[in-house]
Amino acid sequence: MTLLRVQNVSKSFSGLRAVDDVSFDVDEGSILGIIGPNGAGKTTLFNVVAGAMQPDSGSVRLDGNDITGRTPHKVASAGMARTFQIMRPFSSMTVLDNVTVAVLAGGRSRSAARTTAAEVIERVGLDRWRDAPSEGLPTAALKRLELARALALRPRILLLDEVLAGLVPAEREPVMVLLEQLRTEEGVTLVFVEHIMAAVMRLSDSVLVLNLGQALTSGPPQEVTRDPRVIEAYLGEEPGSAEA
Amino acid sequence: MSVTELPSTAAGRALPVEPWNRHLLAIGVLAVVLIPLPLLLPAAQGAVAVRVLIFAIMSIGWNIMSGFGGMFSFGHAAYFGLGAYTSAWLLVEHNISPWIGMAVGMVVAAVFGVVVGFLALRYRLKGAYFALATFAFAEMLRLYASSSNLVNRASGYHVPLLPDDTSWWFMQFEAGSPNYFWIALGLTVFGLVVSVLFLRSRVGRFSVAARDDEEAAASIGIPVMRCKLVTIALSAAITATAGSFFTQYYLFIDPDLAFGSSVSIQAILPAVIGGVATIWGPVIGAVVLGPLSDVTATLLREPPTFLSFLQGRVGLDIILYGILLILIVLLLPKGVYGALRDRWARR
Repeated sequence: MTLLRVQNVSKSFSGLRAVDDVSFDVDEGSILGIIGPNGAGKTTLFNVVAGAMQPDSGSVRLDGNDITGRTPHKVASAGMARTFQIMRPFSSMTVLDNVTVAVLAGGRSRSAARTTAAEVIERVGLDRWRDAPSEGLPTAALKRLELARALALRPRILLLDEVLAGLVPAEREPVMVLLEQLRTEEGVTLVFVEHIMAAVMRLSDSVLVLNLGQALTSGPPQEVTRDPRVIEAYLGEEPGSAEA
Repeated sequence: MSVTELPSTAAGRALPVEPWNRHLLAIGVLAVVLIPLPLLLPAAQGAVAVRVLIFAIMSIGWNIMSGFGGMFSFGHAAYFGLGAYTSAWLLVEHNISPWIGMAVGMVVAAVFGVVVGFLALRYRLKGAYFALATFAFAEMLRLYASSSNLVNRASGYHVPLLPDDTSWWFMQFEAGSPNYFWIALGLTVFGLVVSVLFLRSRVGRFSVAARDDEEAAASIGIPVMRCKLVTIALSAAITATAGSFFTQYYLFIDPDLAFGSSVSIQAILPAVIGGVATIWGPVIGAVVLGPLSDVTATLLREPPTFLSFLQGRVGLDIILYGILLILIVLLLPKGVYGALRDRWARR
């Protein structure tokens, strides 16, 4: 069943077409990877889908309901959570308070909120930093905080903007395991933008390739990475060599 | 819940205790300790103590919106003045108790705050522009009050003196009565308790989150605009109580005393000096600032010989405010309370 349907979405900034007529569907419980060179429009597409930007044209449907142009907080309440590529912690708060706010925003009671938040924090492996101020955390911890805050909403669909970037390979593994668990154990649908091809190949059921704002192609990861246009535009000569 | 392979070094640690009960306890202790104060102080100092509390209430209100909510208001005179004028108008024109006037004033100020806030936020004013908008609305009220027959134009209101001089219902007592101090203390405690409950509440936490990062707050489903408007309403209502009390205490209100820009500054300074976005900052700042104008007034009346050139001049207190503010901003950017708290935390 299609959970997220994006149809013919376009978004321009002062004449530049950042996203140009992009469409894709995501089935419930599946994982879609979005790849493409820098400036291909990946983050803009996320912003449009999550309601942070109004598309110039096109529509976004979540579970059959048109959510195009809805404000971000309504999109989040409808069950779609996101993370930011540039981390945005609530910097006056500890890690625990950051996640507690998200649990509360997800509509749960104040008495249980902190315990639930602590569980989420443990789950993403952030327990060591739980009581630390979120300001001044290392990148790896901030990335996990982004993830924890989004998970605290118990979303049906999760938009992840480069959650693995800035992590050393040893730090990536547990995050990927977590993402797989989310899908298999809780049926969470994932859409993720990522440059690390090993992760894209391993996690994705299908891959959407963006280039210059347009959807270059989409399909199962093995097929897409063999596509000569994709290799030319993004991957370079050998699939996997983009994983620097 | 399942655990990732990362070793969780401290799984199952107790959650840190939240500070709210500690704050509430401290407020209670402070209130009890201060109750005998007006009986101990000489009358002149008693008046200073009441002024300190008025400063504190105004600034506790300002701190909710501008400290915790992050929306810098340069127009809290609007709310102070609406509190003052609403209760004065109801009392003088309709003989309604200032207590009821205070409650109505809180509502009027809150509604006005929500309207101003909505307009300013709707058009996405930020930082200095937001502050200027709040200032403009306060000035608008000042000009309106100075020119409207409805509220006696520039002459304002005198609180009619009661024949028998003392009544709780009409909030009027003989000059220097400790009752004034106790009422102001009660309002201060009220403001502090509201601040703590606000920070503990859902909407309070959402507002702090929105202050830290509006986009991230919206992305987790926080209705940012609604939270900000609630924050402004609370802030306005608290500051309005100071206005109503001010009128009853000084028995007089006019457009400049109510809506003048110096009133807005008086709401800002205690929090900035004591510590913005802290529960105790406004109170500490008020204790520092409140006596200052008396000290300078005394100094100007009878200056020591080496300062004899100051004899009879005015405005020294404003200069001292300015110098103090510059020093605090330079040396203690988090205010007195913020600096102390950091020092304790480091030990």
